[in-house]
Order: sequence, then C-alpha cells, then structure tokens
Amino acid sequence: MKNKYSIFSLVKNAFSYHENWQKAWGDPEPKKEYDIVIVGGGGHGLATAYYLAKKHNMKNIAVLEKGWIGGGNTGRNTTIIRSNYLWDASAGLYDHALKIWENLSQELNYNVMFSQRGVMNLAHNLQDVRDLKRRTHANRLNGIDAVYLNTQQVKKFCPIINTSPDIRYPVLGGTLQRRAGTARHDAVAWGYARGADEMGVDIIQNCEVKGIKRNGDSVDGVETTKGFIKTKKIGVVAAGHSSVIANMAGLKLPLESKPLQALVSEPVKPIIDTVVMSNAVHAYVSQSDKGELVIGAGTDDYVSYSQKGSHEIVEGTLNAILELYPIFSRMRMLRQWGGIVDICPDASPIISKTPIKGLYFNCGWGTGGFKATPGSGDLFAHTIANDEPHKLNAAFNLNRFVSGDLVDEHGAAAVAH
Amino acid sequence: MFVIHCPYCGEREQSEFKAGGEAHIVRPKQPTELSDDQWAEYLFMRKNIKGIQFERWVHFHGCRKWFNMVRDTSNDEIKAIYKMGEKPPVK
Repeated sequence: MKNKYSIFSLVKNAFSYHENWQKAWGDPEPKKEYDIVIVGGGGHGLATAYYLAKKHNMKNIAVLEKGWIGGGNTGRNTTIIRSNYLWDASAGLYDHALKIWENLSQELNYNVMFSQRGVMNLAHNLQDVRDLKRRTHANRLNGIDAVYLNTQQVKKFCPIINTSPDIRYPVLGGTLQRRAGTARHDAVAWGYARGADEMGVDIIQNCEVKGIKRNGDSVDGVETTKGFIKTKKIGVVAAGHSSVIANMAGLKLPLESKPLQALVSEPVKPIIDTVVMSNAVHAYVSQSDKGELVIGAGTDDYVSYSQKGSHEIVEGTLNAILELYPIFSRMRMLRQWGGIVDICPDASPIISKTPIKGLYFNCGWGTGGFKATPGSGDLFAHTIANDEPHKLNAAFNLNRFVSGDLVDEHGAAAVAH
Repeated sequence: MFVIHCPYCGEREQSEFKAGGEAHIVRPKQPTELSDDQWAEYLFMRKNIKGIQFERWVHFHGCRKWFNMVRDTSNDEIKAIYKMGEKPPVK
C-alpha cells in the first residue's frame, strides 16, 4: 500500500529532511510469464497498465521500458492538452482524455499540475479564418467548448501578441478552448507508474525488447535484454519505434518516423498565461511554471531516428515567434532537443488489434500524443482486455488504411498539435 | 542539417532539398485489378526502417530533379546517391 501524498505527509517528511519517502514504484526482475506485456514505459504505456489493473482487474502485467520510465517522448513534448478537433471520431477520443485529465491528480493522488489555462489557435489568412470558424462550430456540436475570437479579442486575451495588420502573417482572429491547457509531463508518467505499481504491475526498466516470438497467427512472448518473457497478449506503445517493433512480428505499419523539435528559453517572470498556437506559421508557445518559454517547432520531412532535427526548422519557428511576439527578441534559448514521432498518413493515431492474435498496437500519435495520454491508456486497456475496441477508438483501427475510412485530421487539426 | 550531393548540381545544403519518402515502391501495373489490401500496401504501408533506408529526394530549390539516396536513418549518414532509374549501388 502506498502512503498517501498530502500536506500532512509533506510536513511529516520534512522532519526527516525528505530522506525517508516511500519508493513510488519498485524495481522488479521480470517473471517468466505474464498475462499481458506492455512494450514501452511512457505515459501511454503506463496508463494502459494502470487501467488494465484498475478497470479490468488484470493482475499479472508487466511494462517493459528500454530506458527509464517517462524518459522518451513523454518527457520531450510541449505538454499541450486540448480536444478541439474537427472530426467526430477525434473529438470523441481527445475529449474523453480531457475529461480524465480534469480529475487525474485526485485519481492518482499525484499532482500532474494540470492547468486549464486555455489554448488559443491563431488565424493568419482568410482560409485559416474559415477553417477555424468551421472547427468552432464542429466542436460545439460535439459538446466541446470553443469560441471564435476576432483580432481585438485575441489581443485582449494575450496582450503580448503583435496584432499589427502590417506584419507578414497578420492575426485575423483565433479560436479559444478554455478547458484546454498544459500538465507536467514527467508527473503523468510517474503518477501512472506509482498507481500501476500499487496494483501489482511490474515496471521493468532498462529492458529492451529484441524480438517477438510468434506461434503461427498468435504471439508467444517477447525476447528482451533480460531474457525471454512468455505472454499471450502484447500491447505495443513504442512511439517512434513502433515500426521497429512491428517488424519483429513480421508486420508492416503505415507509419513514418520523423524528428520533431522543441526548445525552451531561460526562465523569466510570468509573461504569457495561456498557450498560443499558430498553424500557418508553425509556432506555438506557452510558459512553464519555472518561467521558461516552451516553444514547439515542426517535423522534418525525412525519416530519421537520430533525434536530431534540421536547424532551419527551428529557425523558421523562431522567425515566426519573433514576429508575433516582438517582446521575446532578446530572449535566450536554453535547450533544444528532438524526439522521434511516428506519423500516420491521416495524422490520426492507431489504437487497434492487428492481424496477429494477441498483438495490439497503440501508435501513430505523431506530433500530438501527450494530450491523449489518459484517454489513450484507458481505451487501449479496454481493447486489450476485451480483444475488441471501445466505441471511442473503433474508428482508429489499423484496417482503416485498407477500407479507406481515414480520420483525416491533417488539415483539420493542422500540423501543430 | 546535412549536406547533400545532388547528382546534377553537386554539393548543396539540405534545406534546398525535399524528401520524397521510401524509394522503389513500384506503381501498380494494373490498378483496376488491385484488391483493397494491395492498394493499402502500395499507398500507405512503409518499411520505416531504422538503419539503411532507400529513399527519394528532390532538389526542390535547385534543379528540381528527383534522385535516390541510401541513408542510415539511425544517424542520418548518407551512404550513396544515384539517379532515378539506376540500380541501387549498395545492398
């Protein structure tokens, strides 16, 4: 049983100089066999294990992570959470996640620092205005909060934006989802890990999957750097490396893995209390609780697993940021990094069974997976436990690339997630 | 960022080029006879290799000609460049 985190436990542990906190999760050696093995100990994988244990009463579960938990893309994203997607299927999926976010800290007894500071999407040309208005209407029909703002309202909501009509990409308007916001990304992985560990899930770090053993049309287990682990069900949540794992099982996925970059500035006093995204100029910015500006750039157009993106991608983003926010002109950037994201042709995820029995994939989140973490885990757990998708993720099956029933969010949700 | 040797123009910065995805995916000869599975394979399924990958690039802000490249996607090292229609020089 885990000790509950509270103001009292904080005070109590202060007396022992915070040196006797209970371990949040264990460090077990893998057992010979599990009922379910989750490949990938990021937010999505840990959430999947958590909900398998909590909602589906599964006991014998392992999460295998090649590095350390939350050390992958969970810790590399720009932490934006929103659900204002155009298509019904996406709206259902992402708003399901947003609803879980709203109570997640309480549920996990772990402060994920979910902050509903609003996400504003800017329009810079007539087509943007039309698209964003259309999306606002679509959101409202799906019960998702959305308002359209004109230029003056944009300026009022975020005063540091340059709304001069004379800039290269003038601000013609924008949408605002007030329920949207940010959360602390590592805390999400840690909170789910602690919760899953409490229910008996084995979280095995530094354990890389090297092969998937098949027995005809079903799976038999995984070869890992810590030996063979027998299992009848494998849930793969390996983000940029999904195709690599799929290849081990002789499966091909409609994915391309590309570098996505982000950067943070030196910490400064509070200057922007919301998240502003701009698809046309591909720049988005928010401010962390530490005071750093968190800036997201775009993906490169070539396949790469190198975790390095091109310099001009960052340069292009910063050009746009500087034009929109002249106040940042002397800001110095502290860190820049790249993560590998797996992108589907329709820019929507895959949460699905596969032609191989007992093998499930949760992938293709591309540039926008963080926001969906709780919902993705919940729905993937449902899919694995019942061997059938939940109605909210039925549209996100692998077979849509054969049937042609794509969830085309490319233009709709736009490049920046 | 890396430097790419265009087979027509010589060495140029990568920002002049655009990537065109996996190479040697053959366009179906008789599209009307393709099953949905075969269409999916042709249109969407990709090897997405971590390691040596064969791909197409175009010198977009240059001669605008397409060519093929062999590249190690784990470290972005370019192994070979060859023209469209030529056989890949390395295995």
